[in-house]
Amino acid sequence: MSFPILSTMILLPMLAAVVCLFISATQARMLALCATLVTFVLGIMLWANYETGGAQWQFAERLPLFGRFEWALGIDGIALMLIMLSVFLMPLCILASWTAIEKRVPEYMAAFLLMEALMIGVFSAQDLYLFYIFFEAGLIPMYLIIGIWGGAERIYASYKFFLYTLLGSVLMLVAMLWMVNQAGTTFIPTLMEYDFPPHAQTWLWLAFFASFAVKMPMWPVHTWLPDAHVQAPTAGSVILAGVLLKMGGYGFLRFSLPMFPDASAQLVWIVFGLSMIAVVYTSLVALVQHDMKKLIAYSSVAHMAFVTIGLFTFNRQGIEGAIIVMLAHGLVSAALFLCVGVIYDRLHTREIDRYGGLSNNMPYYALFFMFFTMASVALPGTANFVGEFLALVGAYEANSWVGAVATLGIILGAAYMLYLYRRVAFGESKNADAAAMMDISPREWAIMAPIAAATLWMGVYPESFIAPMRADVGTLLARIERAHPQGDAQLKMGKPKLAIVDAHEKGAH
Amino acid sequence: MSILSQLAFTAPEEILGLGGLALLMVAAFLGDKTTRLIGYASVALLAVAAFSLTGVAGHGGDAFGGLYRADAFGVFAKILIYVAAAVCILIAPRFFEHEDKLRAEYPILIVFAVAGMGMMVSATDLITLYVGLELNSLSAYVLASFMRKDMRAAEAGLKYFVLGSLASGILLYGVSLLYGFSGTTNYAGIATAMHSGMGLGLLFGIVFLMAGLAFKISAVPFHMWTPDVYEGAPTPVTAFFASAPKVAAMAMAVRVSITAMGPALHDWQQIVIFVSLASIVVGAAGAIGQSNIKRLLAYSSINNVGFALVGLATGTQAGVASVLSYMAIYVVMTLGSFLCVLQMRDASGSPIETISSLSGLSQTRKGLAAALAIFMFSLAGIPPLFGFWGKFLVFDAAVAAGLLPLAAFGIAASVIGAFYYLKIIKTMYFDAPADESYAPSASGLESGLIAAAAIIMVLGYGAIPLLSSTANAAAKALF
Repeated sequence: MSFPILSTMILLPMLAAVVCLFISATQARMLALCATLVTFVLGIMLWANYETGGAQWQFAERLPLFGRFEWALGIDGIALMLIMLSVFLMPLCILASWTAIEKRVPEYMAAFLLMEALMIGVFSAQDLYLFYIFFEAGLIPMYLIIGIWGGAERIYASYKFFLYTLLGSVLMLVAMLWMVNQAGTTFIPTLMEYDFPPHAQTWLWLAFFASFAVKMPMWPVHTWLPDAHVQAPTAGSVILAGVLLKMGGYGFLRFSLPMFPDASAQLVWIVFGLSMIAVVYTSLVALVQHDMKKLIAYSSVAHMAFVTIGLFTFNRQGIEGAIIVMLAHGLVSAALFLCVGVIYDRLHTREIDRYGGLSNNMPYYALFFMFFTMASVALPGTANFVGEFLALVGAYEANSWVGAVATLGIILGAAYMLYLYRRVAFGESKNADAAAMMDISPREWAIMAPIAAATLWMGVYPESFIAPMRADVGTLLARIERAHPQGDAQLKMGKPKLAIVDAHEKGAH
Repeated sequence: MSILSQLAFTAPEEILGLGGLALLMVAAFLGDKTTRLIGYASVALLAVAAFSLTGVAGHGGDAFGGLYRADAFGVFAKILIYVAAAVCILIAPRFFEHEDKLRAEYPILIVFAVAGMGMMVSATDLITLYVGLELNSLSAYVLASFMRKDMRAAEAGLKYFVLGSLASGILLYGVSLLYGFSGTTNYAGIATAMHSGMGLGLLFGIVFLMAGLAFKISAVPFHMWTPDVYEGAPTPVTAFFASAPKVAAMAMAVRVSITAMGPALHDWQQIVIFVSLASIVVGAAGAIGQSNIKRLLAYSSINNVGFALVGLATGTQAGVASVLSYMAIYVVMTLGSFLCVLQMRDASGSPIETISSLSGLSQTRKGLAAALAIFMFSLAGIPPLFGFWGKFLVFDAAVAAGLLPLAAFGIAASVIGAFYYLKIIKTMYFDAPADESYAPSASGLESGLIAAAAIIMVLGYGAIPLLSSTANAAAKALF
């Protein structure tokens, strides 16, 4: 058996988390940074050794430890990309909390390291119950992160986050129990090919939907997100927006679509309907926010709606686009929260009106903020453009009404992001304290620059990211093809007679 | 088989009964200064009784013409009971010492109660069941008011006695109906009678029997005594009530439901389903407003009984196995929680029971706060903690038996329960430290037990193969 790299990536941060609890604040910071960096290096090795076009499930490990279920890990290209996103963001989160977190540092670092282990676990689990355990366990560290290190309303936000997500997930657990009873296996790759009876699929799909829609979050169960984002510390928001929301999308990809293709096709109207409302409604809500974090939180809901639309288009452009939007949003919204964190650390307010004219005294900050704003509105050349363009192409192919409404969301997105940027960075420096803020420090450079580079890379040469998962999307498409709902905008390939044949026929006469 | 050779089948109960009597004599003549010694001797008795289960007492089968049955089911329940009882004996001296109420009777009463519980779980005749139950209950009434000059303890003891007797009466009435309409008190005989036809009389017998059992496991709607008794009784006694008798009563209920009333599954299934859902909801909702941690844990135990009953409601072998696993995990969680409650003492050493006094515990006593947080998350059933596994098993059994609505409602109601467990964690971790902090832990034994329980809750998954194989073997003994 080859080196168990996935287990190592899960156990290393977990071990570091335990050690963190017993050492001083400074040591804990260093340890957390080292552990996350090592995990990142392991992640790079994972990507480097991943064989594009090879077996569907790579780095597989199976250990029947628990009797009823297994310690089964393994990744495909989609999981690989999401793991890369997690391990890439994690050291940046630690750096972002370097000075911002002053109280109870060891526990904070432990919570983040635990979170990282669980995120990698979610994306690499190949056993249904193992997945559920990782998926649910993430609630505990996040609850503590929001509740202990959050803002003034942190307790309300932490409860809301926990209970909302829990209620969604327990219904999924009942569905999982039924599935395993029916199919007789907990192994996800087998279940992905198992045909559940159509009438049961509907119920199962709805139960999974309850969980993933909350996690995603989709309108109208998104209300926990703005609260959680606003109250969480910066790094908490980064992880929440960057990775945790992607678990919902990953769930749709891994469970809802391949396991219940018929139900997915039948109930696609729910997804499209809710997503269309979300795109327009949350964009409008974002437009009137006074709190920067809340604005970005609502923009997250809008962007996630692109993901759900793309995933349920049942075509390659849509699904690949949705995955790229997930990755791009993971980078860009994380970066935007970090941008808010930079000025929040200096002035301790998220009120947009307290800032203004920051491009005068913080030119580099304004530059980064501008870049990420542009990325968020999907300017060509950035990662979001690739994803949203593909998702929209897919959407138009599936249903032109959905496509049209979603496109409206892009325009609204540009409106609220540019409006935010104008109010924060341009105009007069109306507040003396805001005008006296220092530009970003080398540490903050070190946080921003890698994300900017990754965003550009994904925008300019998305092939690096699409290539590993092309085959997996193909497998998924082959699986759901039989349920493919009839779209209203499908191209009809006519059969025009060739002119030369025409002429030939004429000549014969 | 001669009567004498059959005595070996009930070896654990004999050891406990005779040993308890001997220790009572020692206590009577040597006085309270030997209390600790008697405590250790009682634990030793429990250990010997547990060891005797490896012999014919563990697998012998029917004894005394079908009054008693020695099987794997009994072994599983008894081991749990003995462990819980031993822990409750060991943690008591420090608590009572402070109140100057250290009495030698405490461990002895527990030993007698445990002997009664052994009869309860191994009984295959309604009369044996009743005798065991009363031996357990009478010891428990005394234990509840063990600090007899304490108003709350006296009230708890009286309430427990009055309501407990009422429940025993109801149960006896059910027994008499079953006897009258089936002509026997033997489980197997009742099952045969039910198999050949269910009359109204038998049905009424089942209903009354179920009501009596529901009281003993403190399931809704017979739960009202639980919060008052748990709050009033001394904390080690509350820990005992919440663990060992719960296991015994649950095991007894399972055995009587499956072996005696098995053919009438469809008649009692709806009762159990109702009781289970009602316990889950009332246990969760009732806990929300509590400010006393012992009352809160009382509601939590009602809630947990509801979950265990989900497994019983299936009436299948997997369901019974899941109840047993659930109770095993529940005992560890609940004893851990009560051990943490025992640590809640002010500077002078007096016990504190308000939840608000836990404020900021994570900053003043990190280890204790972490352990209690683990128990709370575990009771809430959040993976990866081991409490999840118990809930998982019962709901898995329910789904496999086709009780999907029960599973869906039950699991959704568990979210209500999560709320109050979170409240305790919030108090410990999010709130600012209370003005008065607790006295530091003075007992290595208690800290060790807390740590052990917390570690089991985190790393318990490694024990799943062992737990499921023994629970399955135990459940198989009933079918």
